Amino acid sequence: MMDTVQAAQDTHDHHDHKPTGWRRWAYSTNHKDIGTMYLCAAVFAAIIGGAASMAIRAELAAPGLQFISDTQFYNVMVTAHGFIMVFFVVMPALIGGFGNWFIPLQVGAPDMAFPRMNNISFWLLAAALVLLLASAFVGGGAGTGWTVYPPLSNSDFHGGPAVDLAILSLHLAGASSILGAINFITTIINMRAPGMTFHKMPLFIWAALITAFLLLLAIPVLAGALTMLLTDRNFGTAFFEPAGGGDPIFWQHLFWFFGHPEVYIMVIPAFGVVSQVVSHFSKKPIFGYLGMAYAMASIGVVGFVVWAHHMFTVGFNVETRAYFVLATMVIAVPTGVKIFSWLATMWGGSIEFKTPMLYAMGFIFLFVVGGVTGITLANAGVDIAFHDTYFVVAHFHYVLSIATIFAIYCGMFYWLPKMSGRMYSEAAGKWQFWITFIGVNVLFFPQHFLGMAGMPRRIPDYPDAYAGWNMVSSVGAAISLVGALLFLWILWRTIVAGEKAPANPWGEEGANTLEWKVDSPAPFHTHDQIPELPDAGVHQPAE
Amino acid sequence: MTIYAKLFWGFIPAVYGLFGLYSGTALAQNDPQPWQMNFRPAATPVMEDIVEFHNLLLVIEGLIVLFVLGLMVYIVIKFNARSNPKPSKTTHNSFLEVAWTVIPVIILIIIAVPSMKLLFFMDKAPEDQVEMTLKVTGHQWYWSYEYVDEGELSFDSNMIPDEDIDISKGQIRLLEVDNRVVVPADTTIRLLMTAEDVLHNWAMPSFGIKMDTVPGRINETWFRVPKEKIGVYRGQCSELCGVRHGFMPIVVEVVSKQDYARWLVKAKNEFANVVKPVTVAQKQAAIR
Repeated sequence: MMDTVQAAQDTHDHHDHKPTGWRRWAYSTNHKDIGTMYLCAAVFAAIIGGAASMAIRAELAAPGLQFISDTQFYNVMVTAHGFIMVFFVVMPALIGGFGNWFIPLQVGAPDMAFPRMNNISFWLLAAALVLLLASAFVGGGAGTGWTVYPPLSNSDFHGGPAVDLAILSLHLAGASSILGAINFITTIINMRAPGMTFHKMPLFIWAALITAFLLLLAIPVLAGALTMLLTDRNFGTAFFEPAGGGDPIFWQHLFWFFGHPEVYIMVIPAFGVVSQVVSHFSKKPIFGYLGMAYAMASIGVVGFVVWAHHMFTVGFNVETRAYFVLATMVIAVPTGVKIFSWLATMWGGSIEFKTPMLYAMGFIFLFVVGGVTGITLANAGVDIAFHDTYFVVAHFHYVLSIATIFAIYCGMFYWLPKMSGRMYSEAAGKWQFWITFIGVNVLFFPQHFLGMAGMPRRIPDYPDAYAGWNMVSSVGAAISLVGALLFLWILWRTIVAGEKAPANPWGEEGANTLEWKVDSPAPFHTHDQIPELPDAGVHQPAE
Repeated sequence: MTIYAKLFWGFIPAVYGLFGLYSGTALAQNDPQPWQMNFRPAATPVMEDIVEFHNLLLVIEGLIVLFVLGLMVYIVIKFNARSNPKPSKTTHNSFLEVAWTVIPVIILIIIAVPSMKLLFFMDKAPEDQVEMTLKVTGHQWYWSYEYVDEGELSFDSNMIPDEDIDISKGQIRLLEVDNRVVVPADTTIRLLMTAEDVLHNWAMPSFGIKMDTVPGRINETWFRVPKEKIGVYRGQCSELCGVRHGFMPIVVEVVSKQDYARWLVKAKNEFANVVKPVTVAQKQAAIR
């Protein structure tokens, strides 16, 4: 035992001693390299998922079927867009990417608790992406929507192997997430620097911890449901088949019991990133730190008991709907605490409006816009008017597509100097922000109007009266695409030709986390010695 | 046509839409309108209540968004690095923290009360008020209707394909069917809904109805259109049901009780010899 420990220390003695070539990446057990791979995978998947969304918006730019004459292909695009963006863009970027990079750096640990498991988490995700992409090319593809509702997803209506491949893909992605979650929880609970009690952890660490617990509790439910669907499809069981005593609604309960926590799995890490950025650029500690931490925790807990608000039209009895209305609205309270605490953090600050801060403020405002329409939809009475219309599409893209993608851009600009050791062009970054901000609003705001007028989701062609706002929306998609391409260009220019970044390019005054105490780029091995907590970095609990 | 030509011509109707000219059909006020930003006119008491409740929500939520926006604008002006070089170190204010927890709770209670009233009102028509029952069945990809009080009267309702649309008759592309559901005004009608194959959703925006049709289940809802609101109402399937999900519209024609009685006589004749729809099992047998 002593020998192995000694040997391990010897190999890690020299800074930046690392394997080279493809082995460095394929066999990597280094949290930073794995984080980088997660981010690269997210960018790669975002290009594919983005291409799917552009195909959808091109088709919907005008009434009639102009580009996509095969409506099954349209449904496959809708499905692929949803799966890819949820499981292969937002989660890998915010959780796998930023989580792997910055959890050890911020808690003062040399690496994740289980470095080899970290490696398999990533490669399971890569395999899952391959399976998902394969599913689009066999047997007509999976045109079920990301919700995979049976009976449409059972073997009578999706006979080929496409849905099976998608199910197996989600199984692998789920296994990857569970392993990652175990790793995060263990690292955060056991490997914090001395003195960093729970109530002194940075909010990004709080967010990662809560997200990891949500993953650990929600993903197994999805896995169970997917397995039942798989056996329904292939082995003659009838869990979701009325003719065999099953029930299609049963699937919806299981799916949304996972699916609703899933939306918090995507947005809570975004809360964490935005909290760090707002505090840093305002040069102030977070306002109401404990309230912020426990607001996230309570959103996580309540998120598990509201799932059926996705199912208000399935024919529940009225008392069930009443419960889910009230439970869902409760979530607005901790969310309000977060919004106002961010504003109070900025209040009295000395704010530098660098690109990450613009994205953080954009996140806060647009999350409020998406949040209030969430209150509308929580009321089962009016939800009848909006369910499955473009109003819902607008709502969840405001909170997910706009807000969480803003948090990803925010984190990328904020941490790019730390990850790459180079500075991006601030002017280009600001242009990128404003183009994206205008693009996404032109893209999604008119969809509220389409929803009110009654346009259903997931249709490849629409009555001519809806043409106007759809065209505006497609123009917005084109603008957002320019923003995304500009981001890729900035990323590329920064990595190949950016100026060298100092250890802390954003100023000492608001920096209260440990990653700014190490060089930029962060050395291959960090925190070999137990770090000292920076004074400014200690979030003081209420006393 | 090359893809470029398609791109060009594809935008023409959208450009026409800018001026509200496209579609050729003179749109009735119940139909979706170009550049519409609000609900369609309400035809039932339930939808009227939905509109009224939504107006309340819109005001509350609009004020919240404006409040947050105002705070952010103030912060940008007042607390940027140039105007305020020395940041404060305040991290707590118990009064504020209690206020921004309690005030949202109060707002939610203000919302919850009318929300619950609406929810319980729309749920089901009281048994003794139901005057007529209509059964709706969703199929891939059409609807069928059974007038259960009228013996054997039942028929299928298929979309009229684009090439057969006759705009001179006021038909609207994607929103027109061969057999409309005809119902009497001033009558409380109970809807029973199910599906034969996959999930569908029978949605009628002007009535405030959107209900999944689920194989193996029967869902219930209701509507009552007053005689001042006689007219044609259109909706679309609102649950992804496969490749022709966008092509199974719903058209309800609300007529006076006298016209309905006349229509019943005609319809019973017309649909007397209609072959019943094929079942899933038959379809699968045919495929094999």
